[in-house]
Amino acid sequence: MVGEGILKGLAETARNFFGSYVGKDRLTTIQYPEERLPQIEATRSFPFLVFDGQDAQQGLRCVACQICEKECPPKCILIKKSADKKPDAVGKPQFYPAIFDIDISVCMSCQICVEVCPFDAIKMDVDYNLSSDDRFGGLMLHKEQLAKSNQYYNEIHPTEATAVDTFFAEERAKAEAKVKAAAEAKAAAEAKAAADAKAAAEAEKAAPAAQEQPVGGETK
Amino acid sequence: MTPSLDQIFVVAKQTILGHVPAAAQPLASAVLSVIPILVIFPLLFAITTVLERKGLGRIQNRYGPNRTGPAGFFQPVADGIKSLTKEDIVPLSADQAVHFLAPVLLAAASFLGYAVLPIGRNMVIMNMNAGVLFFFAVGSVVELAVFMAGWSSRSKYSLLGAMRAIAQMISYEVPLVLASVVVIMQAGSLSTVAIVEKQAGYTGIFPHWFVFTPWGIVGFVLFMIAATAESNRSPFDLPEGESEIIAGYYIEYSGFKFALFFLGEYLGMFATSGMAITLFLGGWSAPFSFLQWIPSYVWFFAKLLALIAGFIWIRGTLPRLRMDQLMALAWEFILPTAILNMLVAGVWRFMPAGIVRWLVCAVILAVPCALLAQGLKKKKKFQVRTYQFAE
Repeated sequence: MVGEGILKGLAETARNFFGSYVGKDRLTTIQYPEERLPQIEATRSFPFLVFDGQDAQQGLRCVACQICEKECPPKCILIKKSADKKPDAVGKPQFYPAIFDIDISVCMSCQICVEVCPFDAIKMDVDYNLSSDDRFGGLMLHKEQLAKSNQYYNEIHPTEATAVDTFFAEERAKAEAKVKAAAEAKAAAEAKAAADAKAAAEAEKAAPAAQEQPVGGETK
Repeated sequence: MTPSLDQIFVVAKQTILGHVPAAAQPLASAVLSVIPILVIFPLLFAITTVLERKGLGRIQNRYGPNRTGPAGFFQPVADGIKSLTKEDIVPLSADQAVHFLAPVLLAAASFLGYAVLPIGRNMVIMNMNAGVLFFFAVGSVVELAVFMAGWSSRSKYSLLGAMRAIAQMISYEVPLVLASVVVIMQAGSLSTVAIVEKQAGYTGIFPHWFVFTPWGIVGFVLFMIAATAESNRSPFDLPEGESEIIAGYYIEYSGFKFALFFLGEYLGMFATSGMAITLFLGGWSAPFSFLQWIPSYVWFFAKLLALIAGFIWIRGTLPRLRMDQLMALAWEFILPTAILNMLVAGVWRFMPAGIVRWLVCAVILAVPCALLAQGLKKKKKFQVRTYQFAE
């Protein structure tokens, strides 16, 4: 029949029109600021710096080795190494970044900085609400804005963060074991040295006596 | 029937005119009639844009605009502020005067048609005895404005769009007028007021609208198809086909001039819808005799909104036609059907009233239409294209 296709099309659009008021599953739009899609774990936006402990600046894992700065393809990272050393979260004295800036208007989210970091200090963030009305200053993130806690890292990338934490725990345990072993060895060595010294002293003590006699005898 | 409420605007106008000196009365009368039109229809345009966007959104399973104000209903205000504050760019090589005049002429011509539309009982600006003729004459000024815009912009896309628009609008002007001729034949008058009064009677509870006759329904459908093409709306929006010629004849317009084109287009749509209501849907008369207590202008605007909803529904459903399909539809199908419809209207005029007359007229219309449609369908055969050099 002539016009059958038109009528079919009209019926379909009418079904869409009324159906979209009845069934909410027809509407695929997410009403953005109020509704958000759940993020997948591999989501990434821009890098941030992980810190351990409570103090953000004290606990930064970054030791200002500048590998990420050198590797960054669009050159959006600026690091100035500190002159002095500060104790890190564990208490070990380390260099720290006096300046650590990332220009997110230049960053291309390639994650290479994360790949190359030997200290697991820089990781990818998931926050994408970063628009700013300040074109230059608002998109230049400084150390203070970049520092985010390890708990936050655990929240946004649980699998990855757990692996990193396990690795660190193992390393720490190994280091502690090493220290312990070293201490034990030292203690053993010291004990041995002490014992040797004692024995030597005793021998020395005994020796003059033995010597004295003949000497004394001779002198006598 | 509540005469006081129905005639409230007419009485108000007479009261105001009573306080005006006799010498200034014609001018005051004109101003009092014109200003409501200049306020109401652009307001309706604003409401229609937001309703259209919301409706089209729902048709495509989207929300449509829902951010500005309650449920997005302040969107036209935001759009208006935006288009007013935008830079008004005129191409360097454009014909400055014509480029400026085109949108003004378009908007003015679109407003002129409302002069003869009876939007309520005794509510017409000008009861012309050649009202329908005036309406179509003014409606064709729009084509001039469109071509002025396309030509003066000095852009290829503008010119292509304008040429398409001219071809399309002239082609559809013919069926538009021929489809309304049947009503003029039946009513025996070119006056819009007389045409509406002819349809205002009732048989039982049912009205005497022309759309309830065989030639009326066919005429109405043809008129609406032609009106869609006249107002350059989808599926006949070739003159501004975004995917082909970007925005057609108004591509070189920005800011408020662009908004004027938009306004003119919608005003033209409302005016032709209003004319369709006047000719076929009984103008301001109520659809059932027991609903006559509702004021007449309410009925007119209810019918207008219903037709606009139909336009939006069609726009959300049908894809754009190809140029040859567009022309074939106008000249090969709508034009013969409209002429046949005139013949049927003559038969209707001279046969005795009754069910037999209705059936005879329906058959005279339906059989040739079906045959014509079948024939046109058969004619369309896709051939295997052979290439001279490519193979």
